[in-house]
Amino acid sequence: MKHRYLPMTPQDEKAMLDTIGIQSIDELFADIPEKVRFKGEYNIKPAKSESSLTKELSQLAAKNADSNTYASFLGAGVYDHYKPIIVDHVISRSEFYTAYTPYQPEISQGELQAIFEFQTMISELTGMEIANSSMYDGGTSLAEAGMLAAGHTSRKKILVSRAVHPESRDVVRSYALGQSIAVEEIPLKDGHTDLDALKEMIDDNTAAVMIQYPNFFGQVENLKEIEPIVHEAGALFTVSSNPLALGALTPPGKLGADITVGDAQPFGIPEAFGGPHCGYFAVTKALMRKVPGRLVGETTDEDGRRGFVLTLQAREQHIRRDKATSNICSNQALNALAASVAMTALGKEGTKEMAVQNITKTYYMKQQLKAAGFEIAFDGAHFNEIVVKTDSPVKELNASLLQKGMIGGYDLGLSYDEFDNHMLIAVTEQRTKEEIDAFVQEMGATHA
Amino acid sequence: MHKDNQPLIFEMTKEGRVGYSLPELDVPEIDLAELLPEGLVRDEAADLPEVSELDIMRHYTALSKRNHGVDSGFYPLGSCTMKYNPKINESVARYSGFANIHPLQDESTVQGAMELMYDLQEHLKEITGMDEVTLQPAAGAHGEWTGLMMIRAFHEANGDTKRTKVIVPDSAHGTNPASATVAGFETVTVKSNEHGLVDLEDLKRVVGEDTAALMLTNPNTLGLFEEQILEMAAIIHEVGGKLYYDGANLNAVMSKARPGDMGFDVVHLNLHKTFTGPHGGGGPGSGPVGVNKDLLPYLPKPILVKKDGVFAFDYDRPQSIGRVKPFYGNFGINVRAYTYIRSMGPDGLKAVTEYAVLNANYMMRRLQEHFDLPYDRHCKHEFVLSGRRQKKLGVRTLDMAKRLLDFGYHPPTIYFPLNVEEGMMIEPTETESKETLDAFIDAMIQIAREVEENPEIVQDAPHTTVIKRLDETKAARKPVLRYHKAE
Repeated sequence: MKHRYLPMTPQDEKAMLDTIGIQSIDELFADIPEKVRFKGEYNIKPAKSESSLTKELSQLAAKNADSNTYASFLGAGVYDHYKPIIVDHVISRSEFYTAYTPYQPEISQGELQAIFEFQTMISELTGMEIANSSMYDGGTSLAEAGMLAAGHTSRKKILVSRAVHPESRDVVRSYALGQSIAVEEIPLKDGHTDLDALKEMIDDNTAAVMIQYPNFFGQVENLKEIEPIVHEAGALFTVSSNPLALGALTPPGKLGADITVGDAQPFGIPEAFGGPHCGYFAVTKALMRKVPGRLVGETTDEDGRRGFVLTLQAREQHIRRDKATSNICSNQALNALAASVAMTALGKEGTKEMAVQNITKTYYMKQQLKAAGFEIAFDGAHFNEIVVKTDSPVKELNASLLQKGMIGGYDLGLSYDEFDNHMLIAVTEQRTKEEIDAFVQEMGATHA
Repeated sequence: MHKDNQPLIFEMTKEGRVGYSLPELDVPEIDLAELLPEGLVRDEAADLPEVSELDIMRHYTALSKRNHGVDSGFYPLGSCTMKYNPKINESVARYSGFANIHPLQDESTVQGAMELMYDLQEHLKEITGMDEVTLQPAAGAHGEWTGLMMIRAFHEANGDTKRTKVIVPDSAHGTNPASATVAGFETVTVKSNEHGLVDLEDLKRVVGEDTAALMLTNPNTLGLFEEQILEMAAIIHEVGGKLYYDGANLNAVMSKARPGDMGFDVVHLNLHKTFTGPHGGGGPGSGPVGVNKDLLPYLPKPILVKKDGVFAFDYDRPQSIGRVKPFYGNFGINVRAYTYIRSMGPDGLKAVTEYAVLNANYMMRRLQEHFDLPYDRHCKHEFVLSGRRQKKLGVRTLDMAKRLLDFGYHPPTIYFPLNVEEGMMIEPTETESKETLDAFIDAMIQIAREVEENPEIVQDAPHTTVIKRLDETKAARKPVLRYHKAE
């Protein structure tokens, strides 16, 4: 058969069969038992030419409401942010995206150096000493943090704040089940982790306390107050953090975190219906050898030149098999590259400026909503999200916002029984004053 | 490749330079200190680079030149299926209606994305012969763990709590035992026989009432088809265990044998391998999992359903193992895989497997007189040579791998599987031409000759790369895992 991805010609096929000493390709499959041999072809859609397939799939894509066409006020862990255009140009270089894990360092210095730089940037932003080369996403990264903590402390209980992303908490529970680790949820108090409850719940079997900073409601948890409670009990202080927020907030590493995880999606990575994004995993030096996944380290070659290699591999599945610190193999290398390019473009000044813009525009939104008579559910310090109480169901409000070209916020009632008619609104630097005003106006119009 | 070292981006930084263009701040400024609690306003900026846009582009272009991908040259890395990554996939995944949609949007606004996911699941069901597929796992190892958690839930639902062991062959991928551990199982190893296949007698010896599952790759990591798969399935099922298919090698059997028909209960696929992901320098991947009817209730939630032509996520799954990942999987990779499958069609996928297997057997036959071939029979999509003949002459497989770099090739997977001495695992894939294979074979033959006539040139390789062999011991002994500004 002729296909643009398949260079085999009938002459090639004949010559190769002759070399092998057989008559037909079928003979190569003679070892498949007759009883399980699949006859004929799959019952799937027939092949399409390049142009008819792109036409079909662009029509399919056009059925979706995207954040280029609509002004999005939806966050809840995934955000519409400024993506420097060069990000896509860099990650489209096929030397990067058609390579695999850099097992052969002599011909993979580009990828290895890029990862080393990523590790440095995450380390800088989080204030942690060590960062790995990436994880699947923020949720699985938090789950792996729980496993690390349980292994390190030989304790079997994790306390996770209800102000942590509900889907991340779900993933933590799934992983904990495999390890027979108990997961208990710390209740909320005014949109924050209830510290009195935490003090009650924490004990000498607690491996980790998990706090999100800023939390799922956009509120900035006071890590300074939490840290002594955690460490007094000998647990690992585990913080899940939006790395963009750390452009403006004191980083967890400076506030006593043992493990900081999160998702680098805000840095140049498209929403993509929830993935692929880019988990990160950062720890104190004391936990370096417990880290899951790939680590890149600096070394020298035979001539003393600086070079980079995958290192501390004795932690990993391909060496340690059932004794490995994690089963992770492929991570999110290309998205870590995307995040690196975005962090480089934003740089020292831009990261802070972007973070401050998020806080500032969200503040403006909050003031406008208040002025329009809305009640803000939690009035503490926020990053780029706030929760507003609504009179009508969020789903209905979002339907009318969509009519006006806007994607509304997240319906908190979907994840919290006590928060029916509460909308979690995200305001990134991408939203203009005009869009925010239009949003408030439309909300007000339904606010009778 | 460029010989000059490329400085770190941090070493190119100059105070005051910027590489960004943020939206205008069109609302009143505020004082952070008034808004945030004391001590939570960052006082020392993260020391990120300060460079211009051109600096960035030149830096990463230079790095890319120091990297070898499939588009740079032949990449016969066994078990990784380094086939051509079609460019249409990249274009489609970037359509705004796929790239710029939020996972928590109202379902009515993302029906196109859900339709694509649904249709991909339908295609994967037919390809694997399984009853249902979830797209949630992010990569192969993640799929393994997901599958094992479902097996665990199945046994527990039957009150069968003594099944603590997962059996893996000695030739298995390292992720198999690691995933078993993460899922809370103990790993038991089953030996291979002299033909490189699972030793049935040993399997009978290790199975029992404590067997939760057997994890198997078929063809196995030697590239050999486990001919006694039905007998193995019977042994496992007879004791009440489940059979797990590691789909890393699916490229070898498409349209030839489906895991579901071979008796497998759970299957994971690596969409970045067989279905042209791409590999991305180490991810993102995608690791969908297929199950048969027994395991349906335990699928991660939500599952995607279609009712009266409308797609919806169903969260009402009381026996589900829960979520394994936020949202619905690596959608962007799934878009690429779907585009690939639709580009190939049924006849295309069949040809993929046939040519992948033909290419591997051709290479194996041309190379077998120059290297040891531990298992002399038709292989599937890959084969494993041994460098023990060369080792006797003082040249190790590692040396030969490094020498291949001088010829512009990515070497095969080396020292794996563990049951072959000085192993070299070669997987050409179907997208390589006979000319490419011949040139690589010639290079291998030349290296075999060099080992006999001039071993130093191999032992000292590589000679042409941007850097020579690196001191890995030093890297591990005194780990430097980030850049620090010189004091």
